[in-house]
Amino acid sequence: MTFDDRLKNVSIVGAAGKMGSGIALLLAQEMVTQKLKPENKNQIYRLHLIDVNESALDGLQSYLKSQLVKAGEKVTGMLRELYKEHADLIENYDVIDAFVNDAMSVLRLGTDLGAVKDSKIIFEAVLEDKDLKVSLLKNMEKMVSPDTVYFTNTSSIPISVLNKDANLGGRIIGFHFYNPPAVQRLVELISPESTKPELKDMALEMAKRLRKKIVPSNDIAGFIGNGHFLRDGLYAIREAKKLAGEYTLPGALYAMNKVSQDLLVRPMGILQLIDYVGVDVYQCISVTISGYLQGEDLKDDLLAKMTQKKVLGGQFADGSQKNGFLKYEKNRPVGIYDADKGEYKMFDPNGWSGEIDKKLGAYPQGFYPWRSLLMDPKKGEKLSAFFKNLNASDTPGAKLAKGYLKNSKSIGEFLVKTGVAKSAQDVNDILLNGFYHLYGPINDYV
Amino acid sequence: MRKLRKPVYATAGYNTISFGSGRKEFNPKKARPGLEEYITEAGKGVIAQINDPNNIDEGIISNFMAARFNHQGNLAAMIPMVHPSLEYKPCTRVEGACGSGGLGLYTAVKSVLSDVSDVALAIGVEVQNSVKAVYGADILAGAGHFRGERKEGHVYFFPAKFSDRAGACYQKFGYDYVRKGMAHWYAQAIIHARKNPKAQEYHNSIEDLIATGMTPPNSKAFCEHINVYDCSKVSDGASALIFASEEGLKKIGLTKKDAVEVVGWGQSQADISKKPDELTKLTTTRRSVEKAYEMSGIGPKELGFLEVHDCFTIGGLLHLEATGVVGYGEAAAFVAEGKTAINGEMPTNATGGLVGFGHYTGGTGTRQAVDILHQLIGKAGDCQVEIKSDRPYGMLISMGGNDRTVTCMIFKPAV
Ligand SMILES: NC(=O)c1ccc[n+]([C@@H]2O[C@H](COP(=O)([O-])OP(=O)(O)OC[C@H]3O[C@@H](n4cnc5c(N)ncnc54)[C@H](O)[C@@H]3O)[C@@H](O)[C@H]2O)c1
Repeated sequence: MTFDDRLKNVSIVGAAGKMGSGIALLLAQEMVTQKLKPENKNQIYRLHLIDVNESALDGLQSYLKSQLVKAGEKVTGMLRELYKEHADLIENYDVIDAFVNDAMSVLRLGTDLGAVKDSKIIFEAVLEDKDLKVSLLKNMEKMVSPDTVYFTNTSSIPISVLNKDANLGGRIIGFHFYNPPAVQRLVELISPESTKPELKDMALEMAKRLRKKIVPSNDIAGFIGNGHFLRDGLYAIREAKKLAGEYTLPGALYAMNKVSQDLLVRPMGILQLIDYVGVDVYQCISVTISGYLQGEDLKDDLLAKMTQKKVLGGQFADGSQKNGFLKYEKNRPVGIYDADKGEYKMFDPNGWSGEIDKKLGAYPQGFYPWRSLLMDPKKGEKLSAFFKNLNASDTPGAKLAKGYLKNSKSIGEFLVKTGVAKSAQDVNDILLNGFYHLYGPINDYV
Repeated sequence: MRKLRKPVYATAGYNTISFGSGRKEFNPKKARPGLEEYITEAGKGVIAQINDPNNIDEGIISNFMAARFNHQGNLAAMIPMVHPSLEYKPCTRVEGACGSGGLGLYTAVKSVLSDVSDVALAIGVEVQNSVKAVYGADILAGAGHFRGERKEGHVYFFPAKFSDRAGACYQKFGYDYVRKGMAHWYAQAIIHARKNPKAQEYHNSIEDLIATGMTPPNSKAFCEHINVYDCSKVSDGASALIFASEEGLKKIGLTKKDAVEVVGWGQSQADISKKPDELTKLTTTRRSVEKAYEMSGIGPKELGFLEVHDCFTIGGLLHLEATGVVGYGEAAAFVAEGKTAINGEMPTNATGGLVGFGHYTGGTGTRQAVDILHQLIGKAGDCQVEIKSDRPYGMLISMGGNDRTVTCMIFKPAV
């Protein structure tokens, strides 16, 4: 069976979730593009979008429709070509509208898992819960044909464990999208020895079709991306705890968040990133990974406490940020969580947070925020110059930043040493492409 | 030679800002003024310059596609919004694609000449930021032949038409030569616009304009032979002015010092269902220019400055050639040598033109007349060109479609 034949019937389980909905958009676009090719006339394409959450499926339908309109507006030239033979589709508006309708007609949304039965490719994107994933995979195995393959989006569970526990005979591969999948170019590909070689080829072809950049990772819990992110975030939290005497805990968390964003020239502070991913998701990944690692405990009581108190971060349906470590107004941080009091301490530039800013000290010469360097062709030179000055500076802020940079680097090196990543380049590629860092963690800056 | 049976004057001009991307205050996500606001701003801008709006005899409004951009037809009925005294006055809407403005001027002049009106208010308006560019392209494609050419046309239908013209010019005169002329046209349009606070590109701060203008065309991202800088932008705005007889001028309390005189025009119509016979020339435009020269009894040597319809930089070059100011194929060099700058030999589009000022399509011809008026009465501010006594004439060309509906008009100081 060719890849194109498989592409005629695909399922996504957990399709209404954050990741599932983005994957659905990518697949819908690729499948309708195939369907519209003259050689595929009269072929039937089906994308089954399955989720237990009925109301979220309604949201998914309108989300996909509005996103398909936007996608159509970006490729109108191609659509005019695809609909060349349709004499009644004349204006840009006509072809975009036809494209959206054709794409929507490929979709079948529903709660019934049985819809997967004819699919040859199944994407799994349900909650990060091993038992749930295994039981779902087992259920699907009873219905699908023996050549059906699974692409799992798990962030932390080893693929070989899913393969073994669900008894899949090597028909599962880790195809780890980044959030949001429709925008992020990176996919971490986890293809353990148990995975069938032809499935790996399929995954590479899939990445090409969905215009994703593949970075391979070994099948070790957390893989490269979360392997770094988790340890990086825990470092910040643990450092903050150490500094709590001097800064108070909320003050120290504020400081670490600020240093990690500004002095490390990252798109957002580390705590803001944890909020973005979801404190609960982060906590869940930390527990899962810890379960598979020997001699390293990545669990943290603050994370557990916050999850328990339902301080979870994540996003509202409209995409705006929910409160987590930080409190947000119009998606900008305005306060920090005080776990002891169970309330937010609002930033106060003329009071406590201003004091901390002062204490951290002036930023070294040559500082530019992440955003202003993003498109700058000279960003390499500017970063080198800035980090050189950072190294020479001994303000408390610079010291925290240097420690942070060193730790980030050693996490990267650890991932290479323990075989999670094949090379330093792969680690750097993940951070550059999946986290939008301007430089890889394994560098000569410190 | 056809002579005017009596003098016709233009006076009391007003332009709104040309609003759209490029203006600092433009935010596509925020609510913006609509037809109502632009029409009344321009209309009131005129009324503020005359003694009593009751003295206006009729209104003419030029617009291209409000029916699609704003879901609004019956635009003549928007003229009385300007002032209660216009209620029940005769009003007309004219349409000739991007040449609507020129047709409005022509209509107003005819009305005055025929003694129907002594004072005719001509307004031109378009509000285009109401739709995304990809749908705006559909709407503007209405200036071409829908049945005959839209289906096989490009996503960006009109840019592609002028891209074809640019391609033909590259072939005929050499890519480097023509491309350089187009880049200089762009650079000059921005430099002029930076002197005009109402121009859409007033805030443009690009340092190396020539390098930007030279950006190689990319058919994948846009069109085969032109880049986005070769195009005028999507604009919202309106312009208005008065055409009046000698009595009319007196009635509204103005003198000839405040006015310019219309000395000739040419309006020519080409068949929309036919393809242009020559891509490197604007033949319909040329006919309009010839008629205007004949009626006014002057030639290119007497012209002091120009207002041409550079919806695309290549269109600007071709218009320049159609005026006869330069010969066939010579415009690129003329522009690159700086001869069309405000202080050059033949100042052209001194307020920025369509590329620099902006292009609220149906109102552009009206805007050109307002700018010629301001130049000739010495009120063009930082964009003022020097008006020499031996060549005191200003010419405008207003073009609709791909050289289909073209009005040329020539003015001189009234005193
Ligand atoms: N959020 C991220 O940043 C991110 C990034 C990469 C990978 N992932 C991984 O992707 C997967 C999904 O994460 P998410 O963030 O999209 O979670 P989510 O909670 O947004 O979505 C999960 C979806 O699965 C559905 N679901 C739960 N049980 C189901 C069942 N039995 N059958 C069908 N659907 C069921 C839920 O209703 C929900 O819509 C997880 O494995 C996660 O680790 C997440």
